[in-house]
Amino acid sequence: MYKIIKKETVAPQVVAIEVDAPYIARHHQAGNFVVLRINERGERIPLTIADSDAKKGTITLLFQKIGKTTEALGKLNAGKAIRDIAGPLGHATPIKKYGHCVLVGGGIGAATLFPILKALKTEKNKVTTILGAREQKLIVWEDRFKEYSDEVLVTTDDGSSGRKGLVTEALKEIIESSKVKIVIAVGPIRMMQAVSELTRPYGVKTIVSLNPVMVEGTGMCGACRVNIAGKTKFACVEGPEFDAHEVDFEELVNRLGFYREEEAEAMKAFKKKKCKGHCKK
Amino acid sequence: MRARDPKIRNKDFKEVSLGLTEKQAVKEASRCLQCKKPKCVEGCPVEIDIPGFISALRDSDFSGALHVIRKYNMLPAICGRVCPQENQCQGRCILGRKKTPISIGALERFSADYAVKKGNTEKTPKKKPNGHKVAVIGSGPAGLTVAADLARLGYDITIFEALHKPGGVLVYGIPEFRLPKKIIAREIEYVKSLGVKIKLNWVVGRTQTVDELFEEGFKAVFIGVGAGSPRYMSIPGENLNNVYFAAEFLTRVNLMKAEQFPKYDTPVKKAKKVAVIGGGNVAMDAARTALRLGAKKVYIVYRRTENEMPTRLEELEHAKEEGIICKFLSNPKEIIGDDKGYVKAMICDEMKLCEPDESGRRRPECSGKEFTLDVDQVIMAVGQASNPILVKSIKGLKLWGGGYIKIDEDGSSNIPGIFAGGDIATGAATVISAMGAGKRAARAIHTYISSLKKVRKR
Ligand SMILES: Cc1cc2nc3c(=O)[nH]c(=O)nc-3n(C[C@H](O)[C@H](O)[C@H](O)COP(=O)(O)OP(=O)(O)OC[C@H]3O[C@@H](n4cnc5c(N)ncnc54)[C@H](O)[C@@H]3O)c2cc1C
Ligand SMILES: Cc1cc2nc3c(=O)[nH]c(=O)nc-3n(C[C@H](O)[C@H](O)[C@H](O)COP(=O)(O)OP(=O)(O)OC[C@H]3O[C@@H](n4cnc5c(N)ncnc54)[C@H](O)[C@@H]3O)c2cc1C
Ligand code: SF4
Ligand code: SF4
Ligand code: FES
Repeated sequence: MYKIIKKETVAPQVVAIEVDAPYIARHHQAGNFVVLRINERGERIPLTIADSDAKKGTITLLFQKIGKTTEALGKLNAGKAIRDIAGPLGHATPIKKYGHCVLVGGGIGAATLFPILKALKTEKNKVTTILGAREQKLIVWEDRFKEYSDEVLVTTDDGSSGRKGLVTEALKEIIESSKVKIVIAVGPIRMMQAVSELTRPYGVKTIVSLNPVMVEGTGMCGACRVNIAGKTKFACVEGPEFDAHEVDFEELVNRLGFYREEEAEAMKAFKKKKCKGHCKK
Repeated sequence: MRARDPKIRNKDFKEVSLGLTEKQAVKEASRCLQCKKPKCVEGCPVEIDIPGFISALRDSDFSGALHVIRKYNMLPAICGRVCPQENQCQGRCILGRKKTPISIGALERFSADYAVKKGNTEKTPKKKPNGHKVAVIGSGPAGLTVAADLARLGYDITIFEALHKPGGVLVYGIPEFRLPKKIIAREIEYVKSLGVKIKLNWVVGRTQTVDELFEEGFKAVFIGVGAGSPRYMSIPGENLNNVYFAAEFLTRVNLMKAEQFPKYDTPVKKAKKVAVIGGGNVAMDAARTALRLGAKKVYIVYRRTENEMPTRLEELEHAKEEGIICKFLSNPKEIIGDDKGYVKAMICDEMKLCEPDESGRRRPECSGKEFTLDVDQVIMAVGQASNPILVKSIKGLKLWGGGYIKIDEDGSSNIPGIFAGGDIATGAATVISAMGAGKRAARAIHTYISSLKKVRKR
């Protein structure tokens, strides 16, 4: 059992939990994720480690409530426990002294960039962070990013915070005005795809973190396979980060939609079920 | 052996084989010639004293029979069910030359099940704790065997398992209708009763490294992480929706209980017409699982013929009885999708057999003809490869064949204190060979740690 130490709602439908997991905290590197299962009947779902504290022995997970499992997870308060957490999984982000790096975060995907930001700063890189969302309320952890980044730019679709527009517009200006060495983008697939298309002609190395459906997350089942430069790769062991310019985004989008009916069914059943106290257990 | 009606059993997940009755078991045991030089024993990878336990059965001494078996085999209820007996013990039985060989697997299974039915849980003699810690990575048959053997010798054993449930392929791969989960749970309880600790969700190499285990005071490490990484064919259409690798399909159902969705949260896609590619146990299990999920037509697509199939004979027979259709000499070359990216058909080459290859099996070759199978789901069961997570995390570990651990006869790797066995050392093999490897490694670890003590005393 992995105890929840702290729980916080950071944006509408977005929750951050700090969980007791000393071994995972000690081995966490930027880019890693965990696979968790809430209870005996639960599904195994992957979540990126958004922060960790090796001394305290905790990891922080930040998630958006979009389906059965994340809804149920969001109902667990501090003091409750998660049945299974395995990790840290996946390759670490390649961190070195690059020069000028740009991090692009879409919606809550941004939070998962936080460990990458910290690691890049340890290597004394110049980091510009672009945070984009539909509206101001959905921008997460702006304060934390400001603390570590050299510069933070916020864009919103409706102009309620920062500049009105898309992250790609802000990114384009930076690439054209500065010698950007690497772009790391995490967020909705279509956003990562747009970033990839934008940087391609400039030849700027671009990394994206892919989120295919996973089952066990240890390279054993092949559920998470993605198409990278025409080759099949298992995102849980060979990723989840890949060179954006080699990713077959259309295939990924198609595969992500595979269980849509079942997801809706699970959610309906979950919402209908009156809580007999089990969700608080 | 008695089996449930194929038309009923192919709709549920309850065990197919019913096992022998007391009377049948005694009668079958009485047929044994009690050979002086028993050929059957040579065919068993752990060299069970087969005439010995059969003789006890003949005298209706059922617990005596189990006692003999347990000396050699920790998991008789499992091996009796899943060993490819026709190539092992039974395949060598002298009676098989003229008539029917003794059903050794069925007798072994009977002995193990009988004890449980009667509530006889035996107490295994255990030596005094010797204070030496040994780490076992992976809780499949290899790991469980090493753990039990060393625990009995007094070692302090911790098993580290990546998944949330112990048992390896026995829990996530082999379906309930062939090997009920409660049998595995029972065997694992037995291992725990010897004082063995099991840490779940522990991906060694990631959660903790092997070096750190040594630093924590473990004197030796046994690696039994299996060959759990699916191979694929790299044919067009392989990543369409409704193309599963057998490992995923079976894991969803066996480990995550997807057949009970939405009671359990993990879904699995039920299809109407399913093609399963491959000819081994994994292919049979996937095909029969698809049938039980409600498929109307299930094909086994195999590029050689029935004679070359590596599956257990019993599984093939059961599969056919249940209505699985075999397409031999057929090699898939492309999976066709509809405009939404879902499987709608599969194109196969018709094959013919040529001279035997290095494996001794006749090599299939394209005949130049092809055909199209109308299916809405494809499941690939074309073999396993080594999983890189752990082996790559150990610096200097000698490997062979792209990721399997190179070991000596006794299970030692090139690094002192690191031992290995089972599928991660041999490539995908069998439950009983993994156990045999576990037994040898346990002996070697005992010798190794004893020698460490001597060195220190000097
Ligand atoms: C490496 C990785 C890291 C991730 N990190 C985060 C994170 O830090 N925060 C966060 O909010 N989300 C993250 N995700 C996505 C997260 O796993 C899904 O939101 C979650 O599984 C949804 O489950 P659900 O039952 O709540 O929703 P569902 O209704 O089951 O699914 C909603 C959508 O989530 C995706 N999904 C469903 N099941 C899985 C699964 N088993 N594995 C992966 N995706 C699935 C599908 O696209 C689906 O359409 C990550 C995904 C991956 C692969
Ligand atoms: C579907 C299927 C059907 C089969 N049918 C038969 C049959 O009928 N008869 C037969 O004899 N054989 C059968 N086999 C083969 C047999 O199951 C295997 O040969 C046997 O299980 C190998 O045992 P093992 O102990 O080496 O590894 P496994 O059983 O593979 O167990 C390895 C364990 O190690 C864990 N692990 C992996 N990496 C790590 C890590 N880094 N840290 C911690 N733990 C880790 C895994 O999660 C797993 O639980 C079948 C296999 C499959 C897949
Ligand atoms: S363990 Fe397997 S091979 Fe050995 S006697 Fe039993 S069934 Fe036969
Ligand atoms: S070879 Fe056959 S007949 Fe002889 S001892 Fe073995 S089981 Fe009995
Ligand atoms: S999730 Fe199973 S191989 Fe990646």
